[in-house]
Amino acid sequence: MDRRVTNSRSFANPLHAILLAFPVALYPAALLTDITYLNTAEIQWTNFSSWLIAGADLFAGLVLAWALLGLFFGRARHAKSRGTVYVIIIAAMFGLGVLNAFQHARDGWHSVGTLGLVLSVLCSILALIAAFIAYGTQAVVQRA
Amino acid sequence: MNRLAHLAFPLTFALTACQVSSDPDLHQTGERPELPEQNDSLVPAMEIPTPEGWGDELPAVPEGYTVSAIAQDLKIPRQTLVLPNGDILVAEGAGGKAPKLRPKDVIAGWIKKRGKSSVKGGNRITLLRDEDGDGQTDLQTTFIEGLDAPYGLAFVDGTLYVANQGNLVSFEYTEGATSIAGSGTEVTKLPAKINHHWTKAMTASPDGSKLYVGIGSNSNVGERGMDVEEDRAVIWEIDRETGASRIFASGIRNPTALAFDPWNEQLWAVVNERDELGPQLVPDYLTSVRDGAFYGWPYSYYGQNVDPRIKPARPDLVKNAVVPDYALGSHVAALGVDFTTEGGLGGRFGEGAFVGMHGSWNRADPSGYKVVFVPFRGGRPSGEPIDLLTGFLKDGHARGRPVGVTYDEARRVLYVADDVSNTVWRIAPRGAARRASPQETT
Repeated sequence: MDRRVTNSRSFANPLHAILLAFPVALYPAALLTDITYLNTAEIQWTNFSSWLIAGADLFAGLVLAWALLGLFFGRARHAKSRGTVYVIIIAAMFGLGVLNAFQHARDGWHSVGTLGLVLSVLCSILALIAAFIAYGTQAVVQRA
Repeated sequence: MNRLAHLAFPLTFALTACQVSSDPDLHQTGERPELPEQNDSLVPAMEIPTPEGWGDELPAVPEGYTVSAIAQDLKIPRQTLVLPNGDILVAEGAGGKAPKLRPKDVIAGWIKKRGKSSVKGGNRITLLRDEDGDGQTDLQTTFIEGLDAPYGLAFVDGTLYVANQGNLVSFEYTEGATSIAGSGTEVTKLPAKINHHWTKAMTASPDGSKLYVGIGSNSNVGERGMDVEEDRAVIWEIDRETGASRIFASGIRNPTALAFDPWNEQLWAVVNERDELGPQLVPDYLTSVRDGAFYGWPYSYYGQNVDPRIKPARPDLVKNAVVPDYALGSHVAALGVDFTTEGGLGGRFGEGAFVGMHGSWNRADPSGYKVVFVPFRGGRPSGEPIDLLTGFLKDGHARGRPVGVTYDEARRVLYVADDVSNTVWRIAPRGAARRASPQETT
């Protein structure tokens, strides 16, 4: 029986993956603190949301820059269509995340509201989709 | 990267486009200000005129009046007081050390700092003496050092009272003294936790038995939680002898200057109202302060106009909220008030209240940045405010920002502290000074 060595690589390299880990963790965390704030009106929960979103936005920006560069120079150039979809998702996540940061900068009860909650939900979903793309295996490199 | 830029520009544009602009026809001064719809836009308007020197120029006064600088190179002058012998005291300092609670606090802090003087607060009181009565300062010297953001000043019966940002201290004064050693005797502590609004405005009752201290809120509209608002947004009445205090009025967001009127001997305050509800909400106000009154903050403004940003709502409190007497305009940031006596500055400035307006940051079209006069009749405001000292803004820069105003009864002049050009201005009817100085102008 012939045996071949197959070597699969993920779409994102480890550093890129670490950067993406932040939005993946922080946006859903912000969603949870938003929900808690709406349930309790306890101001500290929206303060948590503000910082979680700010942190997520910072790393989302870095991921976006990486994804754009990667489209031309990195691993994604071997998978153009997936790379493009990925960039669009990251860009949307970042844009909505920045919008959400402004929303959370409003004072008191207006810092979350329907808009803040919807944005937190969207950012969380986009982060998870991005993670499925980035952490999924990309190409099978076959070596004789 | 091009794509990123294409994304960023429409985003910023779209964000700022949600801001409503001011309606110039909206009448926002006087007894019944018009209040527009609330609009807490996603990106609050932040228009900060940055400081610039006066050069050879001076602020503008109406025809028939003169203005001159009687003290310069101060270290953030805020409020002034005239002693019985005519010496002028100037409280200098910058307080507040509110921790940054949200990313917003960090960013807004950077932006607002651009509108301030780069000089460090003096934490001292400076004495100004005009020995020959020519309207010019002959002696400018440090009177008291080592204070902690002094703001409110009062003089009763040979004792000087100074409201630091954290306590009220007294100093025994000897007539003619040009300095006092030590940091005074503590009369009482003042609420100092967080000190988001740190200024402690002060005045003494006409009979001298009580001191009144304005204590601003610890937030814009309760966004640090209501636990930290205990004893905030209130005016304290303090017994001068014992230091015992009680809340005289509450829900009064940031009472930045207090004074008793000479006609009915009632306590008045200028109060800075809340931000981020749009360029024309909420008007700052001048009001007589009734014992036990609640002025709405944070639950409502101008009586029963509910602010939805504070939860849980308190309809039980809102229903008793008092409507202030007189609106000064939105975001003008009134920081000084004093009354005329015996004919005041004459002409249209004969009977009423002077109000120093530090100027706005939370609207695209700057407001305030001037000293106005609110005419009174029978101890009540009557008529529109009249500009007295203007010209602080030029080409988008602030050459100065007025703070405290003090009417000098004996000399019949007005002093205005300016914490950007670090100056004290003197306004007098033309011909009032014995000798015109080359510095003076119309």
